[in-house]
Amino acid sequence: MTMPTPIPTDTVTDDDGCLKIAGKTLASRVIVGTGRYDTLELMRDSLDASGSSCVTVAVRREKLYDRDGKNLLDFIDLSRFVLLPNTAGCYNAIDAVRIARMGREILRGLENPGADWVKLEVLGDTKTLLPDPVETLEACKRLVDDGFHVLCYTSDCPITAVRLKDAGAASVMPAGSPIGSGQGLLNPNNLRIILEYLKGDDPNYPVIIDAGVGTASDVSQVFELGADGVLLNTAIAHARNPVLMASAIKHAAVAGRQAFHAGRIPKRLYATASSPEEGLITSRPWKTTPHKQSNSPYPLEKPYPPEN
Amino acid sequence: MLKIEFNGNEETIGESETIIDLLKRAGVEAKFCAVEVNLEILPKSEYSSYRLRDGDRIEVVTLVGGG
Repeated sequence: MTMPTPIPTDTVTDDDGCLKIAGKTLASRVIVGTGRYDTLELMRDSLDASGSSCVTVAVRREKLYDRDGKNLLDFIDLSRFVLLPNTAGCYNAIDAVRIARMGREILRGLENPGADWVKLEVLGDTKTLLPDPVETLEACKRLVDDGFHVLCYTSDCPITAVRLKDAGAASVMPAGSPIGSGQGLLNPNNLRIILEYLKGDDPNYPVIIDAGVGTASDVSQVFELGADGVLLNTAIAHARNPVLMASAIKHAAVAGRQAFHAGRIPKRLYATASSPEEGLITSRPWKTTPHKQSNSPYPLEKPYPPEN
Repeated sequence: MLKIEFNGNEETIGESETIIDLLKRAGVEAKFCAVEVNLEILPKSEYSSYRLRDGDRIEVVTLVGGG
């Protein structure tokens, strides 16, 4: 009688579902936005279904005489969610620092633990909403000096990502694809390089993929690559059924993270039979040499982290 | 009477008005907002003591949905 092979669990800790940033622990690896919902009720229910414990918010001029008198914060349970104010709409470092400070002032008044956090976003262009790397780096430095924990939106450029980490960003957040585009992860190779450069010697450094998610499978891919978190908004808010999509994304995150720990097999050019070659009673169409995996000179994809 | 700029609009207000007076009149809940006076954030503790001056530029912001 052979003993069953135990399932390896040594690399997966009990708190693996948590996301740790700047000394704080979030109960979920999914951060969701609060924008673009048809109604605040729909937003509230979607946030709940996503399982997230951190939501992004924007800082805007107070509408002095509101249409319907509803306030966003009446629909967010502040005892459950950490608020992460963003600097969306800023195109230079000076504006971004100003908005970040105003966001901090509001959150301090609410006694929310996100008060010293900021999702830094300094854009370079209104059409692509791609980040301006020069202004982003400058703003990051100023905010770190001012005591902020900066979660920094950036492109998928590995060099910029390294610069932002060196500048003190609490988390670097490369985009999967342009904001709200729903194109998923356009350059997984660059994201792999970012993960390797930022986490190679510092495995606990949090890298969050921010922007571009279109559906649940994109979220799985984020975590399969080895990222620590995902930040998304439009994929939920503009889904046909936002609450259902939020639930799908919650599960996709868990699935992707488990698959990361389980370790994907490398992609190979040729097939490898799952059923045994021995004992076959059928003939083959013509004479071939069975393909040996170890001899393939063309591995299509290497897993992250690299196998030793 | 004093002239101030309040969220980009010119307004005429009475002498010795405070920030809290301004917020109340505009229907803004102080708890959910931040106030800047001439580009400097005003601490909440000073909303009732800061008296507006002629030419002050007041910016009042709040949190809205965003990604």
